[in-house]
This record gives sequence, structure tokens and C-alpha cells, in this order.
Amino acid sequence: MSRAYRHNLNGSTLERGAPQLDARNVEIAFGGVRALDDVSLQVQQGEIHAIIGPNGAGKTSLLNCTSGLYRPQRGSIVLHTGDGKQHELTKARPARIARWRVARSFQNIELFKHMTVLENLLLGRHVHMRHGVLRSLAWFGPARSQEMKHRELVEEVVDFLEIEPVRTKPVGTLAYGLQKRVELGRALCMQPAILLLDEPMAGMNAEEKEDMARYILDVNELAGVTVVLIEHDMGVVMDISHRVTVLDFGKVIAHGPPAEVSRHPDVIRAYLGEAHAVVEADA
Amino acid sequence: MTDAAVAVAVAAAQAPTAPEVPTPEATLPQLLRELAARHGDRRHALREKRYGIWQPHTWADYQGRVRSFACGLAAMGFERGETLAILGDNRPEWVIAELAAQSLGGRSLGLYPEGIVEEVEHVLAHAQVQFVVAEDQEQVDKLVELEHAGRLPTVEHVVFYDPRGLERYEHPFLIGFTEVEARGRGEDGEHPGWWEEQVDRGRPDDVAILCTTSGTTGKPKLAMLSHRNLLSMGASLMSIDPIETDDEFLSFLPLAWIGEQMIAMACALQAGFALNFPESAATQQADLREIGPRVMFSPPRIWESLLSQVQVRVGDAGWAKRRAFEWGIGVGRRYATARLRGGKPSAGLSALHLLAEFVALRPVREQLGLTRIRRAYTGGAPLGPDVFEFFHAIGVNLKQIYGQTEICGIAVIHRDGDVKFNTVGTGIPGTEARIADDGEIQLRSPAVFQGYDRNDEATVEALHDGWLHTGDAGYVDEDGHLVVIDRAKDVLEAPDGTRFSPAFVENKLKFSPNVMEAVSFGGGDRPYVAAMICIDADNVGTWAEREHLGYTTYTDLAQKPEVYDLIAEYVSRANEDLPDGARVRRFVLLHKQLDADDEEMTRTRKVRRGLIGRRYDDIIEALYADVDDVTIRNVVTYQDGTRVERPITLRIRSMDGSETAEPRDGKPQPGGSA
Repeated sequence: MSRAYRHNLNGSTLERGAPQLDARNVEIAFGGVRALDDVSLQVQQGEIHAIIGPNGAGKTSLLNCTSGLYRPQRGSIVLHTGDGKQHELTKARPARIARWRVARSFQNIELFKHMTVLENLLLGRHVHMRHGVLRSLAWFGPARSQEMKHRELVEEVVDFLEIEPVRTKPVGTLAYGLQKRVELGRALCMQPAILLLDEPMAGMNAEEKEDMARYILDVNELAGVTVVLIEHDMGVVMDISHRVTVLDFGKVIAHGPPAEVSRHPDVIRAYLGEAHAVVEADA
Repeated sequence: MTDAAVAVAVAAAQAPTAPEVPTPEATLPQLLRELAARHGDRRHALREKRYGIWQPHTWADYQGRVRSFACGLAAMGFERGETLAILGDNRPEWVIAELAAQSLGGRSLGLYPEGIVEEVEHVLAHAQVQFVVAEDQEQVDKLVELEHAGRLPTVEHVVFYDPRGLERYEHPFLIGFTEVEARGRGEDGEHPGWWEEQVDRGRPDDVAILCTTSGTTGKPKLAMLSHRNLLSMGASLMSIDPIETDDEFLSFLPLAWIGEQMIAMACALQAGFALNFPESAATQQADLREIGPRVMFSPPRIWESLLSQVQVRVGDAGWAKRRAFEWGIGVGRRYATARLRGGKPSAGLSALHLLAEFVALRPVREQLGLTRIRRAYTGGAPLGPDVFEFFHAIGVNLKQIYGQTEICGIAVIHRDGDVKFNTVGTGIPGTEARIADDGEIQLRSPAVFQGYDRNDEATVEALHDGWLHTGDAGYVDEDGHLVVIDRAKDVLEAPDGTRFSPAFVENKLKFSPNVMEAVSFGGGDRPYVAAMICIDADNVGTWAEREHLGYTTYTDLAQKPEVYDLIAEYVSRANEDLPDGARVRRFVLLHKQLDADDEEMTRTRKVRRGLIGRRYDDIIEALYADVDDVTIRNVVTYQDGTRVERPITLRIRSMDGSETAEPRDGKPQPGGSA
């Protein structure tokens, strides 16, 4: 009769603080544009790691390399899992990477608009479904009990993100802020080892941002999930992240705790728009 | 004074001394034990929606958990006569904790979950509570904050039932509900029969609950209600309005409120029907539709908000739907009026009504989740006659209940087929009512409380020879119905001598879906009635969007001249129904909503008139001066303690003088519009 959650949303078995994601010398170029130039960064289990930088700095490219959408031309991105294994993400296909429990949300909402919130969330369980098409079609027996198990976890995510009132509504009819929350929910349903969020607060009003920040903190503090976050709102980033990496024109110009990073002269220059100074440094 | 009081047999249908309904000689936990023995695992006692599914407790489960939790409490040192405070939303654990404390001869004390820290502190300190059951992190945080500040001298144990977010709390007074239950099961196994013995020792005259009074005038007092009080009230109510074992009840109003205790405990444990707890506040409406309760008791604000919902949705509907609705409601109104006082509508009207039921009335009931409702009650504050009429028109048998916490919430009620919108009906069996010389309503019944906890002075004031002095002014009308005017001290006298109730004026104004709250002033040396109105942010916001009216904040929206025009329209409509002396001549739209956290309202959302009068005295002064606006200083305190003060100018609107009577006594009539 306990009200505690029965499922652990954190898919990582690593110790808190152990290195989890290790990117080294990653490089990718599109034609003449160097989107990422010798980028290295380390993410530890259990932290919120923010990646910031001006438009076109290469933030999303880095996330895409991590989740397998892009193939970098040089460098490596290694994922450590709790069983002592290491996986090279730059050589794996996206579906494979998802099985290693790297979950992500997108800058533009990528949900199935005509399906309900529950159906979208259940999709997040797809990597964990073990029965073939035929067996699932027959539904009775093992497929049924499996679906019930998955629904149970999905309902805990619904409770966690407080989306009970919209559970059976088609996603397309929901307010923007809620859709973003559903997308976070779908990523959580994977029981991710690491959660990549691409601008989860873009286009939100102050109140929605505050809510979203609260949920991201809950995901991290209560569920213990590692979060890698791209965000433009410096206020949010400085408030909630443990560590910040700053990219500018495809290069890492600073990294460290938020207080330190915000005092870094290069960061101030990049953000306060002393454009030519940066261009000089780049050239 | 008591001798001079004139006794009036309010219960006209009964003999002057209304026969008492037999009340079970038992305590609430003893009734639970009987029900568990009778129904065991065959019937559901509680249901809670969790994870999208209604999760049941059978009567045997219910008793089992009460038993374990009680044994656990006893092992932690809970003794007879002690008080267990409960702080949280409606969940099975709430009622389980209450019955567990009572089974040990203790009392339960419900606190409103949205109460702020100071309120929690006041009640816990006053009742010298050692054991608190708190729902979750939100509630535990309040107690931890008080404890750190050394403001919880008596509390020794805090039992929480939702552990999420509390994993890293290491306060020594914290313990989980399931842990207490587990400990209780152990103790129970070692001392079989001990719990039964404790339940047997309970007497009907033991105090069962301490119930906070709403406290419109100051800090809430704690009314002591015995098992006999609660059960006699429940038995009397059900003798006129039976509730069946198969009936369902959705428990969504605070269990700290006497109205919820009345149905969820006093009636449910006698009739044996199931309680259903909604998933969250946001899903209440959907959960209501799923359960389809047969009986419902809510304060006016719930009925008002249901009506607003309908009004707004009809406003948004297409032309054809709107016409169908308006026609249907018109027929429903005529049909209801014909039947209200036990009459019979004509055959033609009945036929029309059948059609209206099909095209308009039933669909509305369905949307609201009221399809299966047999009886609905409103109580706690007066409900506007227009709201009343609407619900009868759509076929909901809505009836007024009048009572106070001190008389277990109910003493007077409308009978089926004898409903008048401006009265509260007649006394329930066993209740005597009389009107004192000064117009005060006085009540006597077996449900009259045992006194206030640790406050003899207030008890002496409220109780004389078993008569409860309600402090309400009222009279008995020609049909023997009791009419409640208002709190006696609130009744005002207009310059022309008509006595009127501010609440009546305010209810007229609140009929508009755009008006959230209204406070009216007048009487004494004030030459006319003026009102302070809070707009309904959602509904006015939707309207503004439709009108392409841009706005930023609530304050900004409230001060738009267009919004003033909108509200003025409703005020003039309300004025048409009001006696001349009580018409609203000037009004102001307040820059904020009245809030219980600011102490402007009670937790049951009753306006604290005195405090508002003092806090906004500059606005009220301007309402009676020859000015078009008033500038007030608004102080905002942020969480980190910084305070920002900024001036806000509020418009004051005078109602057009042409529709009101000539000024009297040569007093200047404020004219023109702001």
C-alpha cells in the first residue's frame, strides 16, 4: 500500500559521479563549415550538464553526434555503462544507441500529434518490448501482461510529470508547454541512463519555463537521471546546472561550474557581442 | 433573554416537538467493525484513482488498515483522549488515520491542506497536538520549517503517507505511514484482541473530531463534536433523504470541513456506501463523470463554477447549439417552477420538457457529471437564487442546507418537492429552531456540539441551555421555511430604512461568470451601496481575447475601461432585481483576487468583511467620495524577503443615475461615468 514509485526511472547503474559520457576531439564539417572543431567534454553520472553558446555554435550538432544522427569525421564519443562496458557511439546506429538508454528530446516537438499522450508515452517503452509483431497482435497471454507492466511504468511517469488531466487527449490539442512536457515524459519512459534535452524551454513563457525547470530538477534529483541540456536562457542554466560547457563557432571556449563560467572573459565576450574580438580569435 | 425568545416550530410538517430519529448507540469505529463483519471483501468501502485506475479497498481492507495503523500509533505512545492532526488532500489514508485515532479513544483534527504555515502553527499549538499525519513533501515542509524555528513545541511524531521526495529527509520526528502500519501489525499479532478491547471502550459521548470553525471574524476555533453528535445528524439527514448502500460518493472537498465529514464519515459509516477519492484536483471534473455520484454536497463556489463553465461553453458554441440550449433551459425553468412546491405541470409542458430534456438538459447534466445525481446539496454560505434556478432547470435536485460547524453542519434543509430559492427549508427531525427577539436564529438538537476546545469563554457565549446561538439573523416565512438573512452583525440598513444583506447583493453580482468575488458596503452613514468586485481572470481573459483586447497582468486586465463597461452591464442587470436602497451605485474592480493566503477569505472561501474593510479603507473611502479613481500603494514581498512598493491607480465607476431613484436628503448623487 506504499505510495512510493515501484519503478526506477534511472537506467544507469553507474555510481553517482562516475564518468558516463566521454567525448574526445570530435570534429564534423558540413562543406566548408566546421560545426564541431576538436570538441572534448566529459559528463558525470547524476549531474545536470548544460551546453550553451550562441546560435550556430554547434550545440545541436554535438547532441546529434551523441545520439547517432550525425557521424563525426574525427574523434570518439564513449558511453560507460554500469556493467563495466564501454560503447563507442560514433560508430553505432541510432536504434542501437537508444538501446544503451540514451534518450533525447528535440528542439521542435517530435511527437505523434494524432495519438494520445498515453500512446506517445508507451512508444517510449518500445525499446523494452520483447514480443514480436504476431504475438503482440494476438495480445492475449504474455503480450498482454507485458503491456500491463509497461503501462504501470508509464503511469508513474504521468504521475511524476503531473499530466493526469490530459492522459487520454491527442497530443496535437495540447498547449505548447504541455507538449514539451509530454516529450520529456516519452524520453523518461525509456528509463534512460542519460537524457539529452535540446532546448526544452524554447518558446515558453516565464511560468512554463519555471515549471519545466522544476521537472528537470526532479528528474535529476529524485530519479537520479543524468541530464545533458542545451539551453539559451542563461538564468535557467545558471540556476539548475552543475556544470556548463560553452561552445562558440564549434569550439569549446570554457567549461566548469556555472559561477566560474559566467565570469570567464571569453564567455562574456561571446555573449556580450564583441564580435570582432571573437572573429579574430577564431581566425 | 432566553425566556423572551419566541419559539417557532420551524419544522412545520412535524409535531411541535419533532420526533428524534433513533441514533445508533455506537462510535464511528464500532460502526466500521460492524460493516466489515457484514460486507467483508464483498463490497468496496473506499476507492482511489491512482495511475488512471480506480483502486479499491474493501470493507475488510479498510478495517484492517485502521486496525494496523491504530496499533502502530499506540505503540508510538498515542493515548486515550489525545488528538491526531491530519494535514493533506482526500486520500484513503486520511479517513484511515481518523478512524484509527478514534478507535483508540482519541480525537482527530483535520487541517486544510492549502493552509499556510501560520495557520498550521496556530491550530497545532492550540490543541497541543503530539501526533500529526501529513500527506507529502509539501505538508512535511511546513512542519519542518516550524520545527526548525522552534515553533512546534508539542509535536513529537509526523507520519507521512506519500514518501516521494522525502527520501533524503532525516528529521527524527518523521516516519512513513506504511512503517507505522507494519509496526502495528507486529503489535497486533503479539496482543490479539487488544484493538477490539480499545474499540469496545469507546462511548458515543466521547469527542470524535475537533473541527475548525471557518473563522470569518478571527482565528478559527475548534468545535468538539462527539460520536453521538455526528451520528444523530447523519441519521436525521438520512431519515428524510435516504442514501443507499449502492450509492456512490465522490469525496473531493477538504475532509477538514464539517460538510465533508458529515457525508464521508457520519453518513457513510451508517449507510455503508463507498467513498471515491479523485486522482488530483485537476481531474476532479473527469473523475466526477466517471463515478456519477447519486449524492453530492458542495459549497456555493462549486455550483457557481459549474454554472460558469456551462455559460462560457454555451457562449463559445455555434448559433444553433446556443439557441437549442436557451430554448431547453427556458422550458426546464418553467417545468421546474411548476414542480418546485409539489405542483404538477400541465400535459403540454410535460411533453415539451421531454423534448428539452433530450436536446439540451440531459447533455448539460452529462457534461457536468450529474446524470445520476438524486440529491445535491449546497451549504456553508448562501447560494444566489439564479444559480439555484439554473440547476433545477437542468433537472438537478439541488437543495439548501443550513447549519454550522457547531451543530455538525446541518440543522435545516429543503425537503424534496418543497424547495424555495430564498429559504433554507425546514428543520431536520430532532431539531428545534427559534428566532430570538433580536432576530437571531437559535437551534437545539442532539447534534449540538460539546463546546470549543480550550476556550470556555467562547463556549459560554455560543451555548445557553442547550440552545446554539448562531449569530445569524433570520425569520420564518409564511410556509414555515426558515429564511437566513446574513450574519447578524453584517446585516445593513439603507438610509431609507430597508434592511438588507450584503451577501444577497454580492450573490446577485456573482451570478455573472465574469465576477469571481464581490464585497458590498453600505448602511450606517453611508448614503448608498458600493461594491468592490474581483473579476474572474479566466472568463474575462477569454472574453478579452475574443474582443482582441490586449492585456498583460490581472491588474492590467481589471483596469481596462472595456472591462469596466462589461462589468457595469452586469451590475445594472443585478440592480434591476434589488430593492432600491440596496442597489449598487458605485463599484471598483480590485487589482488582485481575494485570497485565503492573505487572510482576506477563510479556507472555505468566505469573505472576511472586517479585515477587508480595514485593509482597503482608502478604496472604500474613494467609493464614497466625489472622485473618479483612487491610487493605492501595493506592496509585493518576494520569496527572498525583498519588498517592492508600487502605486496602482484603480478606476471607480458610477452607475448611470438615470436608472436609479432621485437622491434622498439632498445628498449628492454621484453621476456620470468614470
